[in-house]
Amino acid sequence: MFEDLRDLYQEVIFDHNRNPRNFRVIDNADRKVEGFNPLCGDRLTLYLKMAGDTIQDASFQGSGCAISTASVSLMTEIIKGKTEAEAEALFKTFHEMTTGKTEDIQLEAVGKLAVLAGVREYPARVKCATLAWHTLDAALKNETQAISTE
Amino acid sequence: MTNFPVADIRADFPILAEKIRNKPLVYLDNAASCQKPNAVIDSISHLYRHDYANIHRGVHTLSVRSTDKFEAARGKVRAFINAASHKEIIFVRGATEAVNLIAQTFGRANIKAGDEIVITAMEHHSNIVPWQMLCEQTGAVLRVAPMNVQGELIYEAFEALLNDKTRLVAVVHMSNALGTINPVQNIIAAAHAKGIPVMLDGAQAIPHLAVDVQALDCDFYVFSGHKLYGPSGIGVLYGKQALLEAMPPYQGGGDMIKTVSFEKSTYAGLPHKFEAGTPNIADVVGLGAAIDYLNGIGMAAIADYEAELLAYATEQAQQINGLRIIGEAAEKGAILSFVLDRIHPHDIGTMLDSLGIAIRAGHHCAMPVMDFYQIPATARASFAMYNTKEEIDVLMAGIKGLIEAFG
Repeated sequence: MFEDLRDLYQEVIFDHNRNPRNFRVIDNADRKVEGFNPLCGDRLTLYLKMAGDTIQDASFQGSGCAISTASVSLMTEIIKGKTEAEAEALFKTFHEMTTGKTEDIQLEAVGKLAVLAGVREYPARVKCATLAWHTLDAALKNETQAISTE
Repeated sequence: MTNFPVADIRADFPILAEKIRNKPLVYLDNAASCQKPNAVIDSISHLYRHDYANIHRGVHTLSVRSTDKFEAARGKVRAFINAASHKEIIFVRGATEAVNLIAQTFGRANIKAGDEIVITAMEHHSNIVPWQMLCEQTGAVLRVAPMNVQGELIYEAFEALLNDKTRLVAVVHMSNALGTINPVQNIIAAAHAKGIPVMLDGAQAIPHLAVDVQALDCDFYVFSGHKLYGPSGIGVLYGKQALLEAMPPYQGGGDMIKTVSFEKSTYAGLPHKFEAGTPNIADVVGLGAAIDYLNGIGMAAIADYEAELLAYATEQAQQINGLRIIGEAAEKGAILSFVLDRIHPHDIGTMLDSLGIAIRAGHHCAMPVMDFYQIPATARASFAMYNTKEEIDVLMAGIKGLIEAFG
């Protein structure tokens, strides 16, 4: 019935939506930032535990659509063990991939995150995928204020 | 179903023949905006092709023709809501501008620090924020009458809010998020018994119900053209003549003056006092055409047909496991707001769109309503006179399909 959406709603996305990874609070988190998309009401809180400039642990709480839940779930998996600079570089690549500004993005560079590349065909849903990453960006910059997609 | 001529009506709306993602369009986002019949589209095109010039200005033929059409549309609006006089019909950009106009003219002149304005828990942001702005400017207090879990106004609690400090009651006639139709007759009678004027936000009610402002005895009634099958960017403020006469102007400029000198200007009479500058001439004419079109069908017949659509959709929706209807008022217009277990409304919206079905997913500019139900958003199917039972079947099949896809 939903053949046209196969690129957007891949099985990996359904899986992360049903069973989000790292869906917990880090009690002694070094960074904690809230992200909010006022257009759709998606809300998440991102927690980071740092070891020097390396992200030792990442987790989140909140509620959102399948795209935003899968995006933040995948992100918390992939950024663990990355340095701040590596995570920032990944944010930049992810952003380019989802907003379609680069025609030939190296999908290998983003690993599992490539399942979210489909949102670029759905402008109304891009912010669902990028909310997690904007929140991470704020956390890496050590901002404590809640961020908003609008 | 009744003998309602839905096939003929559909044929009058060219956009309904569009294919969306290679599927026939099923347009169920009418509470956000309705589609336009040929009569409206052609009236605007005809004006620009044959009759257009600025109004109330020149003595030349086109200006006279344009003015005649513009003022004829005002007469159509007057008759449509049964206002006593064309002077009580003010053209604005939409219901939002009308509420802001009332807040900044009537409100600034009559509402002072400590005074109270009463709204309800189910208002659209456009009937909340203008009053909050007025409260910030004046020190007045906004009071909110509560609703129950069905989405109905708790009438006794509303009545208990009315007191000698209440300067205005501003309530929604029909809720855009829930479909609730408020007991406006009782609300108006209760407020008037205490000498309090009442504004009704009719943006959602106007395409679904026959509205008679004299029978209602409301003091202000506001609505938008685009929800009445007319153009976007045009709306109506109805106000009782005595109230409008006493209110200061909203914006200054051309057309709203009698005389201007550098020492002092005097203002034009109603309705022009509130219509500064060149108005949205073509869309006023388009709104007049929409009203002619609706009169040809009859608002009572439309209301009956839509009630059948809503009853059918509600019955079908209730049979879907995991679907919860948000807004179950006994008195309700053709809106079906719902949530699904574990599936976010935005995913519902995208998945239905892939089937050619347009619904709204979000907070419907009614964040306090979402907070009340402790949900971030709802999916909303809203029906119009051109929708069919078959389209509701397509919607329900789509909902069942996406529940299965999510697993």
